[in-house]
Amino acid sequence: MNGARPDDTVGRVSQRTMIVVMRLTKKRNIQMNAVVAENIIKTYGKKKEVTALSDISFAVPQGELFGIIGPDGAGKTSLFRILTTLLLADSGKAAVDGFDVVKDYKAIRKRVGYMPGKFSLYPDLSVEENLNFFATIFNTSIAENYDLIKDIYVQIEPFKDRKAGKLSGGMKQKLALSCALIHRPSVLFLDEPTTGVDAVSRKEFWEMLKGLKKQGITILVSTPYMDEAGLCDRVALIQSGKILSINTPQGIVENFSKPLWAVKSSRMLSLLNELLQKDFVEDVYPFGEYHHVVMKDSSGEPLLREFVREHNNEKAVLQEAQPDIEDCFIALMKN
Amino acid sequence: MSDDKVITANNLTKKFGDFTAVDHISFDVHKGEIFGFLGANGAGKTTAMRMLCGLSLPTSGEATVAGFDVYKENEKIKKSIGYMSQKFSLYEDLTVKENMEFYGGIYHMTDKFIKEKTGFILEHLHLEKEANALVRSLPLGWKQKLAFSVAIFHEPGIVFLDEPTGGVDPVTRREFWNMIYEAADRGITVFVTTHYMDEAEYCNRVSIMVDGRIEALDTPSQLKKTYEATSMDEVFLKLARKAVRTAD
Amino acid sequence: MKQFFAFVRKEFFHIWRDKRTMFILLAMPIVQIIIFGFALTNEVKNANIAILDNSKDAATASLTTQLDASRYFALERNIVTYKQIEEEFRKGKIKLAIIFPQHFGEDLQHFNKAQVQLIADAADPNTATQLTNYATAIVNDYQNRITNERKLPYTINTEMRMLYNPQLKGAFNFVPGVMAMVLLLVCTMMTAITIVKEKEMGTMEIMLVSPMVPQLVVLAKAVPYLILSSINITSILLLSVFALEVPINGSILLLGFESILFTLVSLSLGLLISSGAASQQTAMFISLIALFLPTLMLSGFMFPVENMPLPLRIISNIVPAKWFYIIIKSVMIKGLGISGVWKETLIMAGMMIFFLTMAIKKFKIRLG
Repeated sequence: MNGARPDDTVGRVSQRTMIVVMRLTKKRNIQMNAVVAENIIKTYGKKKEVTALSDISFAVPQGELFGIIGPDGAGKTSLFRILTTLLLADSGKAAVDGFDVVKDYKAIRKRVGYMPGKFSLYPDLSVEENLNFFATIFNTSIAENYDLIKDIYVQIEPFKDRKAGKLSGGMKQKLALSCALIHRPSVLFLDEPTTGVDAVSRKEFWEMLKGLKKQGITILVSTPYMDEAGLCDRVALIQSGKILSINTPQGIVENFSKPLWAVKSSRMLSLLNELLQKDFVEDVYPFGEYHHVVMKDSSGEPLLREFVREHNNEKAVLQEAQPDIEDCFIALMKN
Repeated sequence: MSDDKVITANNLTKKFGDFTAVDHISFDVHKGEIFGFLGANGAGKTTAMRMLCGLSLPTSGEATVAGFDVYKENEKIKKSIGYMSQKFSLYEDLTVKENMEFYGGIYHMTDKFIKEKTGFILEHLHLEKEANALVRSLPLGWKQKLAFSVAIFHEPGIVFLDEPTGGVDPVTRREFWNMIYEAADRGITVFVTTHYMDEAEYCNRVSIMVDGRIEALDTPSQLKKTYEATSMDEVFLKLARKAVRTAD
Repeated sequence: MKQFFAFVRKEFFHIWRDKRTMFILLAMPIVQIIIFGFALTNEVKNANIAILDNSKDAATASLTTQLDASRYFALERNIVTYKQIEEEFRKGKIKLAIIFPQHFGEDLQHFNKAQVQLIADAADPNTATQLTNYATAIVNDYQNRITNERKLPYTINTEMRMLYNPQLKGAFNFVPGVMAMVLLLVCTMMTAITIVKEKEMGTMEIMLVSPMVPQLVVLAKAVPYLILSSINITSILLLSVFALEVPINGSILLLGFESILFTLVSLSLGLLISSGAASQQTAMFISLIALFLPTLMLSGFMFPVENMPLPLRIISNIVPAKWFYIIIKSVMIKGLGISGVWKETLIMAGMMIFFLTMAIKKFKIRLG
């Protein structure tokens, strides 16, 4: 493991023990998982009325860029807080770098980087003061790990004397990321880092994450934006506290079993309503310029073509469509 | 779509000291149109919307909303429009019914009307069982759909929606836009801002603000042709990349 | 350790850069001392009085001169009729009327007895009592003078000595009270607010997920306010001594020590409040209602605790400011040493340990 420090000894001993145990049980995958969650359940409220997380299990190997994709209320923040030891789950187990989130929380708190939503920075301290502060808190200095944050920090370095509160959303994002990285964490937890930020900065941010991956840091990112899923190594689609699917983005898309078509016409509303009535249609929903039509099976294709021909006077257009993450999410939600 | 212009703006400008937040924007919105008002954070969208809603006086330029002047008749504007934003829509610690009664009362609707409309909305959204539940207990998607219904409770001619689908799951988003279509069909003009570029496609026309000015205004298909893009996302990125202002 | 100092340094930045709040925190005690010391006072001065002199002889003339000369009274005018007195009271023009009957001087001379009538506006009973007391004192003074010239047997002279505060200056009362109030506001309320602010901003989350011991976060936040309080105490004492002429009769060291002890009690209370409050508003509200108000009412510096009903007297025992007030008065004004205040000091120390322990125990190392 990179960046070993004296107080890692206990952790490493238990890791070694774990590796021995795994060898004994003939597990193939000897490499330690950076993050493991097993049957995590989390509820809120005195009578446990609200179930935020319902039997969540997954594992993230070291060095992976893992995305947790889901809308607000899906449980993303609760999950992150449990993994970063800020919340206790009702039941289930979780471990980061082999350390249990409940028993070994102190060890985890020393080694992970965490960026909660809203980019928690000190608005009345300057960029440089913020970074210096976080570096000192983590027993390091800006100079020590500068190479890690250099590509990110150079973009805001010209503003290093500006108060953090006066930065734009994109710049705050970069500063918050730098502060989370400054101590060279082994695992980075980013909770909705692209929410509320302009489209250009969002794209830049993902470029920065790809760059970080090359340094071997395991990154867990949560986001409500479906299109960002494609930028991850693997994703977990989450909705209402349940995981709908875990796979590589391509894997998820490949699992979309039904044929998918795109139609449009000059009268989109009636087009939608009519298609909904058709037997050969499993589902139809708006998807930007076109409607996406999910067929029950390929036998319906000729019927669809006929339908489109019938609507020629409305300039109906039909073309094949490649499913993307959003189509998969919708299909999984409706099951 | 008739030719009635429900919103007109001519060189509308708003300055805060030296800073020009909104820089001489001009556009019209027709009755029953779904008008997408896009722009990056800091481009001036919110400031422009505030002026149109009668919440903020322009520095210069002219604008009318529902036929009323934004300078002199802003109270009349407020009575004729509906408004919904992502940040605030309903009172979380009141029940579904109480919220509707409250907003109906604010807009001077009669008791009879409020009762009928409440029943209608509950049925339409399949929320009959949740009529007496606190809004806080509803899932986000339901809240937003309910908030939209409440925003048009008093049947205004125009409704302003400020990022109404932020953070909502894909299925609910589409259900929401279905509701927008239905409202537009009934003649309500919808003025909506959004960060989801696919939603821009659902609009009749779209304007994109960059650095306080309207850099593009057209139908989505025309914009894609003009900017040689395959999606509104691409159009937006091409325009947004030119932006100088990085303020939040 | 380096972490702790980095945190303290950051806290100073926050305070320093919020110029408005800092100004209030440093200027407030000065303003309060000036207000309480000079402008507000329980004492009555220059009260409008009227004298109805039905006798108009040397004795009444002498008494009138005495009354007029007193700084407590401002002689409105000499009233001619009894009826006028009622009117003047109703109009609120006078607060006290002194009536000499006919033949006052003669009666005094020949019968060794004379009467004076005092009528006071008791709508404000405190003022009425004070005014009648002052007037009676002046009359007694006059009586003593003329009696001494006579040498009558069996007279009992009451000699009064106002210990420690012969001039009966209200400032002696207020300075310890203001000290307690200021320390409470600065230490308790501001500390509670700044900790909760960190929670609200979300930066507390990051602090928790870090190698820093969480309790140090909270202690680091208290340090700047400890220093601010010391500055405040110093400025209060300087002002009291030089501007209000309140003496420091006891050991300054002991005074400083007791002040720091009370500061620590207030800080512990602030920490305790912050662990329970979810928002800055709640923290401020709790500080004001649950602490500041009882301190104002029950510590004894505005209203005497001895006059209160039993339940309130019992409650006042748990108001830390009450003990601080006793200690400060004892040390500053009476000049007592530690032997005179050890009991109260022990109580305050006990309170501090109790609150600090509770605060540390209640501190949450997790959210929710």
